[in-house]
Amino acid sequence: MVITMFDDAELRQRAWEVSASVVDPEIPVLTIADLGVLREVAISDGSVQVKITPTYSGCPAMNMITLEIEMALEREGFRNSSVQTVLSPAWTTDWMSEDGRRKLREYGIAPPQAASSRRALFGVEQVACPQCGSKDTEVLSEFGSTSCKALWRCKACREPFDYFKCH
Amino acid sequence: MVRSERTKRLIDLAVASISVSETPLVLYALRRADDALILGHRLSEWCGHAPMLEEDMALANMGLDLLGQARELYDYAAKVEGKGNNEDKFAYLRDVRQYRNLLLLEQPNGDFARTMVRQFFYAAFADLYWRTMMKSGDATLAAIAAKSEKETAYHVRHCSEWIVRLGDGTAESHARAQTAIDDLWAFTGELFEIDDSERALIDAGIAVDPAALRPPWLKLVSDIASEATLVLPKSGWMQQGGRSGLHSEHLGHLLSELQSMQRTFPGATW
Repeated sequence: MVITMFDDAELRQRAWEVSASVVDPEIPVLTIADLGVLREVAISDGSVQVKITPTYSGCPAMNMITLEIEMALEREGFRNSSVQTVLSPAWTTDWMSEDGRRKLREYGIAPPQAASSRRALFGVEQVACPQCGSKDTEVLSEFGSTSCKALWRCKACREPFDYFKCH
Repeated sequence: MVRSERTKRLIDLAVASISVSETPLVLYALRRADDALILGHRLSEWCGHAPMLEEDMALANMGLDLLGQARELYDYAAKVEGKGNNEDKFAYLRDVRQYRNLLLLEQPNGDFARTMVRQFFYAAFADLYWRTMMKSGDATLAAIAAKSEKETAYHVRHCSEWIVRLGDGTAESHARAQTAIDDLWAFTGELFEIDDSERALIDAGIAVDPAALRPPWLKLVSDIASEATLVLPKSGWMQQGGRSGLHSEHLGHLLSELQSMQRTFPGATW
């Protein structure tokens, strides 16, 4: 086995890439980096400290994500990693990357409208169907299969679809 | 009486309840955590029983948001207290008199109208409360508020729509919603109650004075009630006691279910 010495910047970059490869167990096409859940990766005394932030307070995926990060780091040879949940600044859908939005759409989930605000929360929402692109859509249920989604229906192609809620 | 080794061991393990050092800040966080846990648990009781599938998901989702808020608040209370307690001990190993939630939130679900009226009274308050708490001088409480206000905004919108639909619906849905309002109104005074320990936190810029939230709360509740053709009772005598641990009989029954696993198998973990 070849042991290569890295400096902290390289280690940090490597640890970031490993952590960033973890996917959301509820939406496996998105990595936690796409989602904006991965906040920070730091190295001190050879151990890795990762900070993540929940999308919704009660999101049950957080425990799973924590475990997945620790296992991914362990597999890549990082020992003694720790994952901490931070609340501030609060996650909003604006933290989601453009790439993440595209992947969501391709997966069949309408991505959240950009620029979250109370206006967006209560304004007239126009959500495009991720299947056919039509904007002739209607809400079926404000709460969906997970905390972060609502259930919509396209009136053009008649397909129901999940909408990642603005937040 | 001869007890088996196993029974003796279980009795040794069965710590009845934890003790909590309720400094003003610990108590403040615990009160809000208990609100969220107890209401969240009530909503979870609807799982599989709601009048339609969409509503089943909505109630469970709102319950989950509340449970998440409760965990964050318990976690903070444990850190501030620094006596080795944690979120699980606070939830599972305190008895009725140690719970600090509002009486409104422990009231049984009743019919769907009653659940929605209870949720509406609370969410209309919580929405204003968390928005104001985002400016708290306490960084953790401000961060919890910033997350909670986004979730609560959905809750208040969702139950407002239901109040209008029920009140301005059929004669039966109207009657049920009106009865729920009449029955639960006496529990709404407690939303705005404070004591000396909270007064100190308000003066320190950590807590918000709920008295300032009363006019906007009353305006929102009145506007929605009026759109729903429902009538709010004249403000009168208000029931209090939850904040100091004097609860209705319902909380004990709720806890016996919520805590049954830890009380039966002390120390059990996943």
